[in-house]
Amino acid sequence: MAAVQDGQLNMEVEKDIKTEITNDGSGNINANSSSPGSTSSGGKSKSPAGSGEDQQTLLAVLQFLKRNKLTESVDILRREAGLSADADDSPVSDSAGAGSGGVPNVSADGGDANSLLSRVSIATPVAPPATAPPKATGSMASGGEDQPDVNVVLSAYSQQGDPVLYPLYYNGLKKFIESVLDCHRAELSQVFYPLFVHMYLELVYNNHENEAKQFFEKFSGDQECYYEEDLRILSSMSKKEHMKGNETMLDFRTSKFVLRISRDSYQLLKRHLQERQNNQIWNIIQEHLYIDIFDGMPRSKSQIDAMSGSLAGEGKRDANKAKVFYGLLKEPEIEVPLDDEDEEAENEEGKPKKKKPKKDSMGSKSKKQDPNAPQQTRIPLPELKDSDKLDKIMNMKEATKKIRLSPDNLPSICFYSFLNAYQGLTAVDFTDDSSLIAGGFADSTVRVWSVTPKKLRRVKSAADLSNIDKESDDVLERIMDEKTASESKILYGHSGPVYGISFSPDRNYLLSSSEDGTVRLWSLQTFTCLVGYKGHNYPVWDTQFSPYGYYFISGGHDRVARLWATDHYQPLRMFAGHLADITCTLFHPNSNYVATGSADRTIRLWDVLTGNCVRILTGHKGPIHSLAFSPNGKFMASGATDGRVLLWDVGHGLMVGELKGHSDTIYALKFSRDGEILASGSMDNTVKLWDTLKAFDDVELDDFTAATGHIHLPENSQELLLGTYMTKSTPVIHLHFTRRNLLLAAGAYNP
Amino acid sequence: MAEERRPKQCTVVLPTESMKAMAESIGVGQLQEESCAALSEEVSYRIKEIAQDALKFMHHGKRRKLTTSDIDHALKLKNVEPLYGFQSQEFIPFRFASGGGRELHFYEEKEVDLSDIINTPLPRVPLDVSLKAHWLSIEGVQPAIPENPPPGEMSVCVCFPSFSIIYLSKAAFFTKQPHFHHVYIFTVYIPSHFFPLHFPSAPKEQQKAESTEPLKVVKPGQEEEGSIQKGQGAISAEAKGKKEGLMRMKPRSTHELSVEQQLYYKEITEACVGSCEAKRAEALQSIATDPGLYQMLPRFSTFISEGVRVNVVQNNLALLIYLMRMVKALMDNPTLYLEKYLHELIPAVVTCIVSKQLCLRPDVDNHWALRDFAARLMAQSCKTFSTTTNNIQSRITKTFTKSWLDEKTQWTTRYGCIAGLSELGPDVIKTLILPRLTVEGARIKAVSEGPVVSNIDKIGADHVQSLLLKHCASVIAKTRPLPDNMEQYRADYGYLGPTLCSHVVKARAQAALQAQQVNRTTLTITQPRPTLTVSQSGIGGSGGSRSPSIIKVPSSLTLMSTRPGTPTQPSPPATKYIVMATSAGASSTQQVITLSSSSGSSVTSTVASATSTLQPLVKLESRGAGGLGGSRPLQKYIVVSLPTSASSSLESKSGMLPPSSSSTSPISLEAGMKMDRSDSPGASTQSPH
Repeated sequence: MAAVQDGQLNMEVEKDIKTEITNDGSGNINANSSSPGSTSSGGKSKSPAGSGEDQQTLLAVLQFLKRNKLTESVDILRREAGLSADADDSPVSDSAGAGSGGVPNVSADGGDANSLLSRVSIATPVAPPATAPPKATGSMASGGEDQPDVNVVLSAYSQQGDPVLYPLYYNGLKKFIESVLDCHRAELSQVFYPLFVHMYLELVYNNHENEAKQFFEKFSGDQECYYEEDLRILSSMSKKEHMKGNETMLDFRTSKFVLRISRDSYQLLKRHLQERQNNQIWNIIQEHLYIDIFDGMPRSKSQIDAMSGSLAGEGKRDANKAKVFYGLLKEPEIEVPLDDEDEEAENEEGKPKKKKPKKDSMGSKSKKQDPNAPQQTRIPLPELKDSDKLDKIMNMKEATKKIRLSPDNLPSICFYSFLNAYQGLTAVDFTDDSSLIAGGFADSTVRVWSVTPKKLRRVKSAADLSNIDKESDDVLERIMDEKTASESKILYGHSGPVYGISFSPDRNYLLSSSEDGTVRLWSLQTFTCLVGYKGHNYPVWDTQFSPYGYYFISGGHDRVARLWATDHYQPLRMFAGHLADITCTLFHPNSNYVATGSADRTIRLWDVLTGNCVRILTGHKGPIHSLAFSPNGKFMASGATDGRVLLWDVGHGLMVGELKGHSDTIYALKFSRDGEILASGSMDNTVKLWDTLKAFDDVELDDFTAATGHIHLPENSQELLLGTYMTKSTPVIHLHFTRRNLLLAAGAYNP
Repeated sequence: MAEERRPKQCTVVLPTESMKAMAESIGVGQLQEESCAALSEEVSYRIKEIAQDALKFMHHGKRRKLTTSDIDHALKLKNVEPLYGFQSQEFIPFRFASGGGRELHFYEEKEVDLSDIINTPLPRVPLDVSLKAHWLSIEGVQPAIPENPPPGEMSVCVCFPSFSIIYLSKAAFFTKQPHFHHVYIFTVYIPSHFFPLHFPSAPKEQQKAESTEPLKVVKPGQEEEGSIQKGQGAISAEAKGKKEGLMRMKPRSTHELSVEQQLYYKEITEACVGSCEAKRAEALQSIATDPGLYQMLPRFSTFISEGVRVNVVQNNLALLIYLMRMVKALMDNPTLYLEKYLHELIPAVVTCIVSKQLCLRPDVDNHWALRDFAARLMAQSCKTFSTTTNNIQSRITKTFTKSWLDEKTQWTTRYGCIAGLSELGPDVIKTLILPRLTVEGARIKAVSEGPVVSNIDKIGADHVQSLLLKHCASVIAKTRPLPDNMEQYRADYGYLGPTLCSHVVKARAQAALQAQQVNRTTLTITQPRPTLTVSQSGIGGSGGSRSPSIIKVPSSLTLMSTRPGTPTQPSPPATKYIVMATSAGASSTQQVITLSSSSGSSVTSTVASATSTLQPLVKLESRGAGGLGGSRPLQKYIVVSLPTSASSSLESKSGMLPPSSSSTSPISLEAGMKMDRSDSPGASTQSPH
């Protein structure tokens, strides 16, 4: 990191640089190690104050002279002081003088100021610390005492800058960045947004309400459009009191905004700031930004845009370095009995036939252990029951009849419309064998439908069950109460809208998560609630069963994803790290990992075993509402409110594709059973099919891109789009591929 | 970085007046200005915060509309006591009040009497949630079923490269505006197999709208296609200059039939022309009733047109009959709108009416029945599809008349022409056929009483005679005053007079008998009556500006829905009459009145006239029988003159199917449609008074 040092550094800021170097040297400062930050800020406020004293008086004198129209003296004094005496100097000193004089002359002519900003940033940076302090410190102290907790968090905002100068600083930097070489400009432009946010928050925190407003108005338009949501939240925050309870604000403060910048660009920026002694900005960069410096070519604008957009910048590179075992677990070896069609038909009716699955090997392909797969026993999985084995056999049989999908052979789509739902349908799930559909509704109910001729029946009551001959062959049939047979059942229990719903793989259970903060486990034998899992105190947005059953994940407004086991009333793991609501959850096909999508516009992958976050995937520009793993576990797709689907390589932690085409939130994503086709369903009433084989083929992953993560995405959404199917004013909220690769879609008809 | 400035998102703050008003509403008077300002800022911030949270609930509820429950949940999230009270499904409007210099928006909260609520009957229980499955796509193709949206919304429009015929006609509705007097509308007829086949199960209205109002369907941004028409001659260029926007073409969209549809098409067509009559009946039934045939319509249309073309040459009478029955079935299908395919169907039908030879042994085979049947079809399609822009009826009438007037026309064609004309209704008979009875009678006489004639000519003459007698007798029975004097008839109608007289007497007797026996509905069915009620007064010329409304008389409805394939009595031409007559040689008394005021120049115009109910039918009839048409003050006859020298140059191409070369006949009418133009539209619409 020695290269960071610069020959032309000013003596006055040497101290700062040293702290900076230590930071950089350690490479990855922990986000919570705020001590270096605070010391540096303390040191800083001293040193510029000393240096600024002279200049400050000078400026005051200058202003006095000006006010008395003694232009000659002004010029002379300026020449003597070594300040550049250009013709257009006078307005500069005007605005600077006004600022230092404590008169909030914010209405300074924008055009005038703009043209001179670079100059101002030379002349004024050191002035403010000396002038403003009394007011700022006072307010800070008073605000700090009554709320100690928040104060800790907010204290870093007690910068004592002159509010009037903030726009000038910002503009100076803007001018500079616009003037640098193209290749650096894109990278350095990333600084704007976090800088803007933090400067705004500083202004608000220090009670410069009007200045904050003006600052916001002036520069909010410059920010990238995908930050609009956050800007809206920021804009409503105009008082210090507002900051206390605001989560978004806390997010900005407690987490460092991560930027990836090439070394060259970074040095350019640093040199500039130090030359101009622009401590205000430098402090913000030091304290609130984490700059991830890499060696190599600066990234292009499109590369940066692809990765940015999250609430807290990009994921750090080392955050995605951990090894992920994305391979699939070995399938248990089950002999597929060579039954004739009759027996199979019986099975489809669910008549459990007695079979003796021999433990002989059935094929060599499943014998080999995938090198990328986790160990079979990495996490304990439930043992297969007989019924599970039967189901597996069914699955394999169905799989042999599976349609091979390809761009020339698209799947048929069967659409299940929920009629008379009155805008109340909030979640849908299909069982893996596509025999049942469950819907969660805003009226707190969960409804289960059977889509096969087999009706839903309840198990008989205990008294009746005792009369049954337990030795009889069809005991499983006898325990069902024929009187209760119906095509659908309603499950009552929640006290708020049901937002997430998931069938267990064995079709015996159903999970539902609700606004009331609970996750409920329902039995599909008795159609009653078995357990209410309490842990989330806020709405639970999504829940999902593990592909092997037993475990499930839930995530909600409290930003913590919880891993549960069905027989524990307390969570086994808590995955904390997201900066906003967890909006969707999904298990990896090998059940060793859990993916969560969040309103902070990141996707995190968590290791179930250790509880660590192993991937942070950024690039979405809106809250993520759907996730899907490819069947081989290697890739992931995610869809967000921005209408884009992003494809990820889980092993490398890289974005490998972007599918544009939807015009509204994508609520449903699913890979076909062989992973050749990705189906996406959206609020814009369409189902789209994408050629994922081609998408993954088109990406060439050389070592460099794999190492740096700077992937260049091909612009090929249109080539990859295989089909668009409009529904009749029916938003698509769930998709499911049957075992034979028929696509099922579901949504509520909104006439 | 420098995006365009977005609209300001901050600084929306509730006005302090609202704070004051709210404070007053809870009993706090005299709130200080500063407190108001502070409050309003705080309140604005909190409201924004809650709204942002509520949005989350909306998103997770998978809705586009924020509901009150979302707000409730957001409040709960903030640990704020929720809002209690009734939830209103509907939007409650703000009321506005002003006074004392203050403006106030408020909700009107009415006091509700509990007993009212209790006593009101319970609202209907809303329907329960239910599941319905349908195919959104079958192997990548979206089936055209009502559950799916019409694919037209997504179809990519391709510029259509060529067009076959430009059909030029005077837009009747422009005549209202004098400065548009010479503006022509270009409608481009595109071969049917290129036809845009979107809207597979589109309602008939939509199909109609598409085909009759091409200008409205054209998507924006395609005006430039009009430039393709460069070189269409001076007229088009001139018209372009005047009305650029009118020259547009329909976009082409490719369309494929699904496998099922292909199978269906194959089965149906095979059954229709196959040997099994039962199968054919089924197939025709299917064509006449299936609501989803729109996609296959162009195929059917081409099938029929090609079939006629080939089988006329081969004189395959049976197949021609089958094909005509298919046409009948297509026309009977209430979900199909055939207008776009008339350019194929009409030539085929007309060929079957007037072709010189339709069968291998004209002396034995009953090709006359086919001609009759096709003539009825023609009449039916005239009635259904004739509009002021396509003028089908007038052009068909012209075609028939011209060919009939030709001395060299063979008896077969002559028969067809007369049949075709007679089926167009009593008015046509009255104005066109009755005046020529004498001439025709002489011709028949020459054949039947002359010395050397071929057997074929003899049979032809016989058939023409019986045809004339059949149609004319009923008309004369209604229009000619009593008594029926044999000699008078001979004087009026020549050779056919005496026979005609006896037929008329018979017809009168029958009508009287039926009037006694049968109720009125059936009466109108069996005795198609000329019923003209005038829909417009005075300035009748503008009548054409209205698209002709086709009001179906109950009786005609029953007739329209007759079983496919069975030739039945066609319904009376209910609504529209285009009467053609040579202005010079008009002889009938009524027509003299009509034509006396007409300029005699070549004019074409139509007027829509609506038949109202059955009641007037009877009244009119009785009056018509009693006196002359002159006693009907409101009636208006629309006179379409025959081609005279003024327009004959244009008509030269149109001609009817040349009896000699029947293989080319299906095209000839298309050509006839090409230049159908008249000079002073609307000028000749006249009232008999």
